[in-house]
Amino acid sequence: MTYSTKFSRLIPAFILIVIFALLPKVARPYTMISLGSIFMYVVLTVSWALFSAPTHYISLASAAFFGLGIYAAAILGQKLPLPLFIFFGGFISFLLALLVGLSSLRLRGMYFTIFTFGLSELIRNFVQWWEVNETGTVGRWVIQVNPKMVYYAMLSIVLLTLGAAYFINRSKFGLAIRGIGESEEAADHIGINVNASKIIIFAVGTFFMGAAGATMATRWTYIDPSIAFNPLYSFMPVLMAIFGGMNQIFGQVLGATVLTLLADMLLTKFPYYYMLLYGIVLIIVILFLPGGLVGLKDKIMLWFKRKRQGYETT
Amino acid sequence: MDLSFFLDILIGGLIMGGLYALIAVGLSLQYGVARVLNVSHGEFIMLGAFATYSLYSLIGLNPILSLVVSGPAVFLIGFFIHNTLFKRLRKLSPSIEAFEGSSLLASFGLLFIIQNIALLFYGPDIRGYTYLDNMVDFFGSINAANRLVALLAAVVIGLVFYLFLFRARLGKAIRAAAQDVTTAQLMGVNIYWVLGLCFGLGALLAGLAGSLTSMMFEITPFMGLPYTIIAIIAVVLGGLGNILGSLIGGLILGLIGNIVMYIHPGLSLIAYYLIFLLLLLIKPTGILGK
Repeated sequence: MTYSTKFSRLIPAFILIVIFALLPKVARPYTMISLGSIFMYVVLTVSWALFSAPTHYISLASAAFFGLGIYAAAILGQKLPLPLFIFFGGFISFLLALLVGLSSLRLRGMYFTIFTFGLSELIRNFVQWWEVNETGTVGRWVIQVNPKMVYYAMLSIVLLTLGAAYFINRSKFGLAIRGIGESEEAADHIGINVNASKIIIFAVGTFFMGAAGATMATRWTYIDPSIAFNPLYSFMPVLMAIFGGMNQIFGQVLGATVLTLLADMLLTKFPYYYMLLYGIVLIIVILFLPGGLVGLKDKIMLWFKRKRQGYETT
Repeated sequence: MDLSFFLDILIGGLIMGGLYALIAVGLSLQYGVARVLNVSHGEFIMLGAFATYSLYSLIGLNPILSLVVSGPAVFLIGFFIHNTLFKRLRKLSPSIEAFEGSSLLASFGLLFIIQNIALLFYGPDIRGYTYLDNMVDFFGSINAANRLVALLAAVVIGLVFYLFLFRARLGKAIRAAAQDVTTAQLMGVNIYWVLGLCFGLGALLAGLAGSLTSMMFEITPFMGLPYTIIAIIAVVLGGLGNILGSLIGGLILGLIGNIVMYIHPGLSLIAYYLIFLLLLLIKPTGILGK
C-alpha cells in the first residue's frame, strides 16, 4: 500500500471528526442528547469487542466497569474537574479489570461468561447493600456539567476508543490476540505470553467503559445501583456487536448506532412494547443475521459479483 | 441454641432448598443436555406462578391441583420454543461453542419477550393469594401449612422425576444424550426429539416450582431473574451437566441462604454470588464434577 492511498482513506475520517466537532453550534438539543447515547454505546461496543471479538471470550461484565465509572463521577465529581474524574473512572475500571483478569485466568468458554455476569451482579448487590446499610442512602446526586462539555468529552472518548482499537488491531500485539483466539496452545508455543496479553487487552477495553460511565453520569444527575449497574449495559454491547458485524470496527460502530436509534424510536413510539420488541429484534438478528449487517452487505456484494461474472461467462 | 431454633433454620432451608433443587435440575436439563444456558428459565417459574394464581383467583382451583394444568402447559411452551428457535440455531451453528454463545443471547431475547408479555397482561403490581395459611407446630418450630405442603410437593415431584430419569426408557435416552449427543444419536436416539423434551421438562420443573412459590410468596412479572441466577449458581455448584449434582447444589444453596438470612437479612444474595465466584475460581467443575 502506498502512502497516498493510505492517506486518502483517512480523509473521510477527518471530515467526519470536523463535522462532529462543529455540530453543537448548529444542532438541536434533542440531536445532541441522541448523539450522546450513540457515542456511549459506540464506546461500550467497541471496547467490549476489543477483547471479546478476537478472543471469543464473551464478557458480560461491561455493566460493572461502566457502573464503576458512574460511581467514580458521583463520588469525585464535587472535588475534581471533569477530565480528571473521567480519567479516574476509567482508571478504577482498569484496576478492577486487572484483578478480575488475574483471578479468572483459568476459566474458559461458558465459565468465563457466567463468572463475568456473576461479578457484575455481585458488585451491584454489594454497592446497594453498602449504600443502604453503611451510607444510609439509596441513590446519589452527580454534579451537573455544561452539556457541550459532556458532548466534547464523549466525542474525545469515542475517538480515543476507535483509535486504540484501530491501532491495536494493526499492531503485532493485535495479531497476537487474534492468534490466542484461534488457538491458545499454538499461541503459547510460538512465544506469545497468553495470560498477560489477555489481561492487558481486557483491561484496556474496560478503561474506556469506565471513562464513558463517568462522563454519562453527569448527564443523568441522579443515580442508584440499579441504574448504574443495569445488566442491560452488559448485554447491549454484545447484541450491538453481533448486529453490526463483530469482526470489523466499522460493523461494531454501525451496530451500536443503528440499534441505539432503533431503541430511541421504539421507546418514544411504543413505550409499553419497547422491551418486547427489543427481544424480538434480538432473536431475529441471531437467527437470520449471523454475520451482522456487515455480513449481509458482503453477502449481497457476493451475489452481485456472481451475477456479473455469470453474464461475462455467457 | 435450642431445638426449635435449629429446626426453624433446617425446615426453612429445606423448603427453599427443595424449590431451588427443582429449578436447578430443570436448568441442568436445558444446559447439560440441550446446551442452552437458558437465562429465561426464571420466566417459566413466573409463568407457572401466574397460571396457578389466575386459576385460583378466577375459578377457585386448588393450587395443588393446578400443578396438573400449569406443568403441562409450560412444558408445551418449552417444547415449542426448542423446536422452533433452538433447533434451528443448533443446525445453523458451526460448532457447539458457537451454539452455546448464540443460544445464550437468544434466551436473553426470550427473557425480554416472556417478561413483557406477562407485564402487558398483569401489570407491574405485586400479587398474591392466601391458601392454607394456618400455623403448624412441629417440635416447637412454627411454620405456615402452605410452606410444608410446598416442601412435600417438591419432594414428591423430585422423586417422580428421579424415577422417570433412572427407570424409564426415555429417561435412559436423556441420560445418554447428556453424556454424548453424537453417540446417543448413533445408538438410535431421536436426538432433536430428546433435546426438545429436555428443554420442555426443564421448563416443566420451573413451572411447577413457580406454582409452589406462588402459594408462599408474592408474585410479580419480574420475579424470574433472581431464581435464574440461583439456578445457574446451583448448577455450577453441582457440576455443569450433572443432574444429581444440581439437585444437591440447589439444596445446599437453600440451606446456606437461610442461615445467612438469620445472620443478616439482605446479605443472602451477596452470599450466593460470593460462594459462586469463589467456587468458579477454586473448582469450576463443581462438587460432583470430574
